[in-house]
Amino acid sequence: MKFTEGSEIRDTRAPEGPIEDRWEKRKFAAKLVNPANKRKLNVIVVGTGLAGGSAAATLGELGYNVKSFCYQDTPRRAHSIAAQGGINAAKNYRGDGDSIYRLFYDTVKGGDFRARESNVYRLAQVSVNIIDQAVAQGVPFAREYGGLLDTRSFGGAQVSRTFYARGQTGQQLLLGAYQALERQVAAGTVEMFTRHEMLDLIVADGRARGIIVRDMVTGEIERHTADAVVLASGGYGNVFFLSTNAKGCNTTAIWRAHERGAYFANPCYTQIHPTCIPVSGEYQSKLTLMSESLRNDGRVWVPLRKGDERAPGDIPDDERDYYLERIYPAFGNLVPRDIASRAAKNVCDEGRGVGPGGLGVYLDFRDAINRLGRDAVEKKYGNLFEMYERITGENPYDVPMRIYPAVHYTMGGLWVDYDLQSTIPGLFVIGEANFSDHGANRLGASALMQGLADGYFVLPTTLGDYLAAGPFGEVDEQAVAEAELKVRSKIDRLLAVNGTRTPDSFHRELGKLMWDYCGMERTEESLRKALDRIPELRKEFWENVKVSGTAEELNQVLEKAGRVADFFDLAELMCLDALVRSESCGGHFRAESQDSEGEALRDDESFAHVSAWEYSPDGEPVLHKEPLEYEYVKMTQRSYK
Amino acid sequence: MSFLEMLDVLNERLILEGDDPIAFDHDCREGICGMCGMVINGVAHGEQRATTTCQLHMRHFEDNATITIEPWRAAPFPVVKDLVVDRSAFDRIIQAGGFVSVPAGSAPDAHSIPVRKEDADAAFDAATCIGCGACVAACPNGSASLFTAAKITHLSLLPQGQPERLSRAKAMVDQMDAEGFGGCTNTGECTAVCPKGIPLDTIAQMNTDYLKANAK
Repeated sequence: MKFTEGSEIRDTRAPEGPIEDRWEKRKFAAKLVNPANKRKLNVIVVGTGLAGGSAAATLGELGYNVKSFCYQDTPRRAHSIAAQGGINAAKNYRGDGDSIYRLFYDTVKGGDFRARESNVYRLAQVSVNIIDQAVAQGVPFAREYGGLLDTRSFGGAQVSRTFYARGQTGQQLLLGAYQALERQVAAGTVEMFTRHEMLDLIVADGRARGIIVRDMVTGEIERHTADAVVLASGGYGNVFFLSTNAKGCNTTAIWRAHERGAYFANPCYTQIHPTCIPVSGEYQSKLTLMSESLRNDGRVWVPLRKGDERAPGDIPDDERDYYLERIYPAFGNLVPRDIASRAAKNVCDEGRGVGPGGLGVYLDFRDAINRLGRDAVEKKYGNLFEMYERITGENPYDVPMRIYPAVHYTMGGLWVDYDLQSTIPGLFVIGEANFSDHGANRLGASALMQGLADGYFVLPTTLGDYLAAGPFGEVDEQAVAEAELKVRSKIDRLLAVNGTRTPDSFHRELGKLMWDYCGMERTEESLRKALDRIPELRKEFWENVKVSGTAEELNQVLEKAGRVADFFDLAELMCLDALVRSESCGGHFRAESQDSEGEALRDDESFAHVSAWEYSPDGEPVLHKEPLEYEYVKMTQRSYK
Repeated sequence: MSFLEMLDVLNERLILEGDDPIAFDHDCREGICGMCGMVINGVAHGEQRATTTCQLHMRHFEDNATITIEPWRAAPFPVVKDLVVDRSAFDRIIQAGGFVSVPAGSAPDAHSIPVRKEDADAAFDAATCIGCGACVAACPNGSASLFTAAKITHLSLLPQGQPERLSRAKAMVDQMDAEGFGGCTNTGECTAVCPKGIPLDTIAQMNTDYLKANAK
């Protein structure tokens, strides 16, 4: 795939001066909209997860006229609900040396020096307000006997700053945002559109002015215009077909905005979580995460010998390879996510993997049970063991768990400036859908923090600054009609093929290809193969897909087909981005770029930049580089040995 | 293979044969989003306790067994298509008062109000409701009491929920009635099928708050 290089991005609109003052400065400089005018300004928010739900609720409270859209039957189902672990905040309630600066430092370092300092510092500053807000809403965080909030430690940090609500922190925070949103629906400031899917962005006179949506129940194509559009439609991990994302998660909203001119930044940055339940058969439809905390007491191993088919209990200790403990004696089973994931892949590639297809490693609690007793292990991990048994039918107290890495988060997304505004004026992008704060690797418990920071605190200020120049008047009818026509013709095209393969079968094949060639480890050769194969498969899709039913009804096959079509185009850009970035950084591991011990090797000389891709209808995307400068955190190479 | 994967396979076959696949709601497929739900062999979410439909696996069924699948059946949950029903009545019950009124940015420091651990834990137990609607589908009266009571109880147990406690209970219960859900006669079918095991005594809490609100 060819590409050209365009101009550098120099201005991200971050204020100058000491980093701790920048957000204050930006807030003060932001223009205000008087309450009477707010009612005349219309804002569209797409997606109702932590970012979109909190944004729509807050904008409604401020008095704007908000329309909120989600594809589920109610806003409370967005996939933020599945986040287990917790939410980081620099409260320093433990007095263990935490601070805004330390959270900022950990996040920049954890992101392997590929995130913007100004954005990350603001995230750390705002993190403390999120906890206050959530508690005031009645989010039932875990508490200690003294009545104060409990915290725990999490990967990539040496302080205890993660607030949690058992293993359901995402659910409780999302319900807080959902309730705030429903309160605004009742107040009449937010109009809610459930079972509606965004299929295009309306751009008129150089501004984002609305969206085209499909009512998923009636099939009706609707136009909604506004003074600004906010995308909060989540990540694109489902390009791999199998991931820990919900089945409905997709890239369509951000991809179609990309086709309208919004740059796509760092599409190749994917996070792969090491402890998921392995694929069990060809009908597998999604993967389930097991909390990372299991690695505190479980020992990871595979048989020493290739193709050893004995039951795990029959393999004596001296014929087992506790490979994490062997390779990383200092951190052992607790190495960071990307390193644990890659090590599992390597032993499976050597033919030593366990379980069906050889794609799994053991996570063994035998020694923990002998040392602590079964009761103690049950107290700590009982619910996780039960969840595992429910899915696999195996009892982890007797047989070691089998785990394997799986895709679960995408750090890349639409490019935004400090104000969270994309390259299309009036199009703002928040939460996982943007690229801004995690660099090349996200730390645990930071996704919830970013979604809520964007929605409750950052966007309401910066969007107000943009809207102060509005309302922007009537939307050009031609632009609306053109967008609607584009949506209709795509649907017609999908229905007209009437081939012999289902959308799911194409999605499965694309996902496997992406996992094999653009997954945990990427090489120039594998990426070139993918870039050859994707266009062929896409061609077959458009010639041979079978979409049953009609456009004028609830049609889940049609919905799926449209999303798969966009995944093809995104997949191609991901592979190109991964090919061009010939260094390794964070979750992006290029086999050609490793040190003598097999660890990821960054190339700061050539790649200390954001890769922002501009869409080009002729198929040759334009690469714009945004240089990354580190004034506060010194760039270093990570080591966990 | 999970129960929903079985339906996936069936649907792939139907599509290729030129038939309409069976429409059903699902999303996270890990038991937390609350989107899936069907009556399987007469029981909401199937016979396995504390389980959503997406967490069911086919190994719990016998080979060649005939399985009966139906949508949730309740007048306030109209069927949209096949197994898909409209549960927006639940959103309207929350709109009536299932929240604490606190605009973004106005909150005091999180530690300014301590909460007893026992209260926080009990509030959490009620707050785990996923809004799937199994309680309504299982209830002979089609009552939404367990759903409504779970939210009322969650917020009633916390200091943050006190200022709006009685008005909330009244507004939510009135909305539940207005939607056409039946009354509670303590049969307990709701809590038996609830995938999150929301306790029946939340309904007592709801009734207490509701009576107090009406006595004022």
